[in-house]
Amino acid sequence: MIFNIKTADIEPLRERAYGADKQGNIDPLVKKIVKAHGNDPTELLQILRRVQAEYRHIPQRAVELVATQLGISHGQVQGVSEFYSFLSTTPRGQYDIFLSDCIIDHLQGEPAVMAQLCNRLGVKPGQTRADGRVSVDHASCSGLCDQGPSGLVNGYPLTRLTLPRIDQIADLIERGAPLATWPQEFFAIADNLHKTGLILDPPLVPGKALEKAFATGLDGTLAEIGKSGLRGRGGAGFKTALKWKFCREEAGNRYVVCNADEGEPGTFKDRVLLQSHAHQVFEGMTLAAAIVDARQGYLYLRGEYLYLCEPLNRILEERRRLGLLGRKILGHKGFDFDIRLHLGAGAYICGEESALIESLEGKRGVPRNRPPYPVTQGYLGRPTVVNNVETFAAAAKIALNGGDWFAAVGTEKSKGSKILSISGDCARPGIYEYPFGTKIARILEDCGADQVIGVQIGGPSGTFIAPREFDRKLAFEDLATGGSFMIFNENRDVLAIARNFSHFFAHESCGFCTPCRVGTSLLKNCLDKICDGHGTAADLVELTELSRLIKTASHCGLGQTAANPVLSTLERFPHLYERRLREISFQPGFDLDGELEVARRLTGRDDAYAHLTQEE
Amino acid sequence: MGTITIDGQAIPFQDGQTLIEAATEAGVYIPHLCHNPEFKPHGSCKLCSVKVNGRVCSACTFPAAEGQEVLNDTDELNEARRMITEMLFVEGNHFCAYCEKSGDCQLQAVGYFLKMTGPRFSYFYPRREVDASHRDILLDRDRCIFCELCVRASRDVDGKNLFAIAGRGIRNHLIVNSASGELEDSGMAVTDKAAHVCPVGAILIKRQAYKVPIGSRTYDERSISEVSLSAEAPVVAAKHD
Repeated sequence: MIFNIKTADIEPLRERAYGADKQGNIDPLVKKIVKAHGNDPTELLQILRRVQAEYRHIPQRAVELVATQLGISHGQVQGVSEFYSFLSTTPRGQYDIFLSDCIIDHLQGEPAVMAQLCNRLGVKPGQTRADGRVSVDHASCSGLCDQGPSGLVNGYPLTRLTLPRIDQIADLIERGAPLATWPQEFFAIADNLHKTGLILDPPLVPGKALEKAFATGLDGTLAEIGKSGLRGRGGAGFKTALKWKFCREEAGNRYVVCNADEGEPGTFKDRVLLQSHAHQVFEGMTLAAAIVDARQGYLYLRGEYLYLCEPLNRILEERRRLGLLGRKILGHKGFDFDIRLHLGAGAYICGEESALIESLEGKRGVPRNRPPYPVTQGYLGRPTVVNNVETFAAAAKIALNGGDWFAAVGTEKSKGSKILSISGDCARPGIYEYPFGTKIARILEDCGADQVIGVQIGGPSGTFIAPREFDRKLAFEDLATGGSFMIFNENRDVLAIARNFSHFFAHESCGFCTPCRVGTSLLKNCLDKICDGHGTAADLVELTELSRLIKTASHCGLGQTAANPVLSTLERFPHLYERRLREISFQPGFDLDGELEVARRLTGRDDAYAHLTQEE
Repeated sequence: MGTITIDGQAIPFQDGQTLIEAATEAGVYIPHLCHNPEFKPHGSCKLCSVKVNGRVCSACTFPAAEGQEVLNDTDELNEARRMITEMLFVEGNHFCAYCEKSGDCQLQAVGYFLKMTGPRFSYFYPRREVDASHRDILLDRDRCIFCELCVRASRDVDGKNLFAIAGRGIRNHLIVNSASGELEDSGMAVTDKAAHVCPVGAILIKRQAYKVPIGSRTYDERSISEVSLSAEAPVVAAKHD
């Protein structure tokens, strides 16, 4: 199925230069935006997204005004404005383009596409053109690896970018054509559903899981979810029934939050679930609300999936009409529950559940100290269930079909099935649902991958496995994954892959703790040095020491897994690293001779004595 | 009340205490920079990393619980702390030789305590802004280590909420809560708690630089373990008295 974004849903490019009056006063519009969000500080990120869309940046005046109107500090507004990749404190272009920096998009030709785009538009990555027409930059994986190279223009996804298409896009931009008039196929997103299983097939008929849950009884339904052995699908694998039970035992208002901030490079299964199985996801959330007794739910949607907002809101509306949301759900007195969407703005860290909660509260996405855990003190300090999109989708089906139905599939410790986002060097990238326990070799065969040098399972934070391990299994106890499954063939450079991942983590570290804030940048610099041919044996030692420290001492999952790409490739392919090293014990991190270039230019010299060589 | 062990030594703790609080009261020093018992624990510098039943935890935020076996003064943990300290040195612009905080600086003192010689990593040499606008207080971001003690002190003690962190990752930076972003417009006073909690030389009181000569400053005479315990144990004890 192809998901076509309705051009009517695309925000028309504004006719006026900016939403300001003749004197350039932005106050009335900014105040209006804040008011439209109920002057609610937890809506800060949503408000700033609107301001960004309106002015293509967050003007200083808007920072002051939003702070005053919301009664929060200037620093909080400034801090949030600078934290998220899709917000900017300096003006971006009328057409604001991000290309996905994911390794898979790279393999599909992103560097050439980026070069062409910059060349045609006369702009450099990270720059806004002097006339303000266009800005181009890199962003982390946009969740479209099965149809890349991909990118975003004013928040809307561009897929299957080719050089001819870039030419077309450049023409449209130079002409100032509104996005709504661009050819619709530019924005077409394929589902690429290749293999379905327990969760995906058949899709839930709206209301059926809730009806069954009330017929069984809520305690009984929780027991069924317990019996199913369902574990969180985001990667950590905590038992879902236990999480819901803990939350229910806490006093006070409770919340249900769906984590749709899938930012792990190479993951896009939640995109497809929300495109094609949204009812099932929302029903899972409503089921959780019934069981833990929550009144309000949030779906935290990653900023890259802006285009899903309108369709999802329509489905929420439909569910309200069907009596599946709102007051007295399915006629049950006292069961009132509703769901709101909350849009992220480009921060991988917000996939970490406590960072996600901070972001939901209108703050920078910095992970909290734990304990306390979200089930006891989550959103606004209240007990909160946070589960992955796929977990809710699975829970809904379990409520309908019973725990045994689900537990009959999978392994002893990993019950049921897992949805994979398969991308990279294979004939049929896309979505595949497999029973836990399936061997990697089988998966590679199904998607048409051969001459594989390795598979990155679980995304950059997961493991890079070599061909001799293809008999290993998909399971929490063997190869755990949130869903990312990236395939690389023998023509790929393993170090370039690790390097790309190290850049990703350095870019996405929130900066709260020292090991991750400084360590991920050091790791990136060290890999750059080795890949550029300046590495020595000493750098390999540094790489290993650093990796170990970042893994053990970091504050949250991001840091604890940020060195995995280095550690897992170093363990399996040490020769590939050693081959790049120079045969001296130490080489400075910079090019000694290159540093003299300015001096040579100034003195007009280029003779042998004006150059330095290191004794090898 | 209960008992944990730290490096095999039995340490009593009060209910609700963190590991570092229990340790401090018992006279066991755990290196730390972002922690100060007067403020809400933060857990960001990770210098106080200890092993609890085999797992690495931050002693300043992790609650003590009966029977925990904690490792603190081990070669492995001290090596990790040394690396973290080196990271803080290369990340900012720390030039002890001509820094007026030298001798009173906790980062420097911890470096000595951990027997750090020089950083093994390359320096970042970041460009950071110095704010000298205030008549009594200097803000030199070159030395900021993101402990957020000034953020906490200003928010929780002074009730002024003058500082915040903006940016992300290695581009994090300390900002001042005022329309101009400058300290002089912020309403900060030299008597504010926030002016006196910086463990490094990022927030300095002007005109004090060399009143105490180098050589007879806090950590010139006593090690940070001694200074820290004598200053912090009474604060911790006062919490449950």
